Amino acid sequence: MSDKLYKILLFAAALIMPIVCGGVLYALVTDAYDAFEHFGFFKFLTSSEWSYTEGAEQYGALPFITGTLMTTMLALLFCIPFSLPVALFVGEYFKGTRVASVLSTVTDLLAGIPSIIYGLWGFYTLRPLIMALDISPQGSGILTASLVLAIMIVPYAASLSAEFIKMVPNDLKEGAYSLGATRAEVIRRVVFPVAGSGIFSSYVLAIGRALGETMTVTMLIGNTNNIPDSITSTGNSMASIIANQFGEADDLRLSSLIAIGLILFLITAFINMIGKIMIKRARIA
Amino acid sequence: MEPVTPILEFNKTCVSYTKQTMAVKYVSAAIDRNSITAIMGPSGCGKSTLLRAVNLMHSLYPNIRVDGEILLNGENILSMEPIDVRRRVGMVFQRPAPFPTMSIYDNVLSGYALNGIRLSKTEKDETVERCLKSVALWDEVKDVLNKKGTFLSGGQQQRLCIARALAMKPDILLMDEPTSALDPIATAHIEELMQELQKEVTILIVTHNMGQAMRISSKSMFMYLGELVEYGDTAMMFSNPSDERTRAYLTGKMG
Repeated sequence: MSDKLYKILLFAAALIMPIVCGGVLYALVTDAYDAFEHFGFFKFLTSSEWSYTEGAEQYGALPFITGTLMTTMLALLFCIPFSLPVALFVGEYFKGTRVASVLSTVTDLLAGIPSIIYGLWGFYTLRPLIMALDISPQGSGILTASLVLAIMIVPYAASLSAEFIKMVPNDLKEGAYSLGATRAEVIRRVVFPVAGSGIFSSYVLAIGRALGETMTVTMLIGNTNNIPDSITSTGNSMASIIANQFGEADDLRLSSLIAIGLILFLITAFINMIGKIMIKRARIA
Repeated sequence: MEPVTPILEFNKTCVSYTKQTMAVKYVSAAIDRNSITAIMGPSGCGKSTLLRAVNLMHSLYPNIRVDGEILLNGENILSMEPIDVRRRVGMVFQRPAPFPTMSIYDNVLSGYALNGIRLSKTEKDETVERCLKSVALWDEVKDVLNKKGTFLSGGQQQRLCIARALAMKPDILLMDEPTSALDPIATAHIEELMQELQKEVTILIVTHNMGQAMRISSKSMFMYLGELVEYGDTAMMFSNPSDERTRAYLTGKMG
C-alpha cells in the first residue's frame, strides 16, 4: 500500500518538470503570437528596425540575434585559449595530484560567482581599460561584453573538457609513449583526437551558457538597437534587450520582446540538446 | 674469439614503487640476440615491472625508481633519453589498443607520425605492406586499410599493434602477456608469428601461461617476489628446475 502511494507521489513530482517546460513554451508562444502575426515570422527574424514611434511601430529581432551570436562566438574564441590549458593541466599533466584538485576547485568556484559581480568588474575595471587603450570611445560594447562572458564560461568548458581528457585510456597513451612519442606528441596525436568529440561538446554546452547570459551582457554591451558593425561597437543581445525594455513595454512591443525570448529559448534548447547528445556519444565511445 | 656483447643485459636492476618496497630486486641476466626469452612467475612477482623498465615506462610515473643498469648493446639505457630508447625498443601490451581515431594504415605508421618523421608515399606504402605481412595480417586487411583499426577482431588488433611496433624497426620487442586477452586460436596465431619474428628481432615476453613459455621460448626466467630465481634453457628448466620454488610453480603447487 505505502509502496504504491510512494510511487504515485514520485510520479507526480517527476511530472512537474515536463509540465513546467510545456507551460513556459505555451506562455511564450501565446504571448509572442501578436508580434509574429503582425510582422510575419520570417519578417520579424530578418527585420533590423526597432522603433516604437506610436502608429509606426516596427520591431525586428535581427540586431539582437546578431548581437547574441557575435558576443557568444567572440566569447568562445576568447575562452578556448584559457580553458584548454586548464583542462590539460587538470586532466593530463597533473592528473590526480593535489595541484590539479586545487586548480579544478578554484575553477569551479569561478562558475559560482554571481553574474552581477562579473558585470560590476567589467563595468568598473575592464571598461575604463578599454577606453584607456583607445579601443573604443565609450568602453562598453560587443568586445567588452564578450571578454567578460568568456571569463564566465571558462569554468564550464574547462572542467567538462578535463573530464573527457581524463577518460582517454592509459593503454593508448602508453602505446604512443612506447613508440617514442614525446608528451606533446601524445597530446596532439592521441589525447586530443580521442577526447575530441567530448571536448567539442563541452564547448557546445559553454555556448549554451553564453547565449542566455543576461546581467553581465546588459551591463556591458552598450544597449543600442542597431546591428553592430564591428566588434568594438555597441549593441544589444536577445537577453539584454528584454532585460532593458520589458518594464516599460506593452502591447506589440511586449509581444515582440517575448517573441525574441521564444527564439532565444529555442536556440538555447537546440544548442544544449546537441551538446548533450554529443556528450552521450562521446561517453559511449 | 672476441666476446659478443649481449643485446640486452640486466645488471643488478632494481625497481621500487615506494621507498620501503622493491618490486624488482637485483636482477642480473643477459638476453640472447634473435631469440625468445620468456619471463614467468606468479602475479605480483615483478615480471611486468621488469619488462616495462626496459622501455623506460617508469619515467612516466614520477614515484617509480629504477636502479642498477640495463644495457642495450652495451649502453646503459637508464642514462639515455627515454624517447631514444623507446624508438629502439618496441612494446606490445596486454590489451590490444590500436589508436581508435586512426585507420589501419595510419596505425602501422603511427610511430613515425608520433615522432614527426616524414615518409614519402612509397616509403609509407612499403612500410605498411612489409609490417602487415610480417604479422600475417596483410591478406586479411589489404582491402580495408582505410578503415579504423578498432573494427578488427581482438587477435587482429593485437597483430596490428605488433606491426605498429615493428614499423619502427626496433632491436628488441617487449611483449607483456600479449595473448592473455585473446582466444586460443588467436593466441596460436600470435605464437606462430613470434617464432617467425625472432629471425629479425629479439623478443622478451612476459607470460602467465607456462605452456606458452615452453612452446615458444628458448630461454626462460622465473621470478618470485621480485627476485630472479632461475634463468636458463627453457627445456632444461621445465624438465629439471634447479630451484625448489621453480619446481613448485611449474608443477602447479604455487601460482
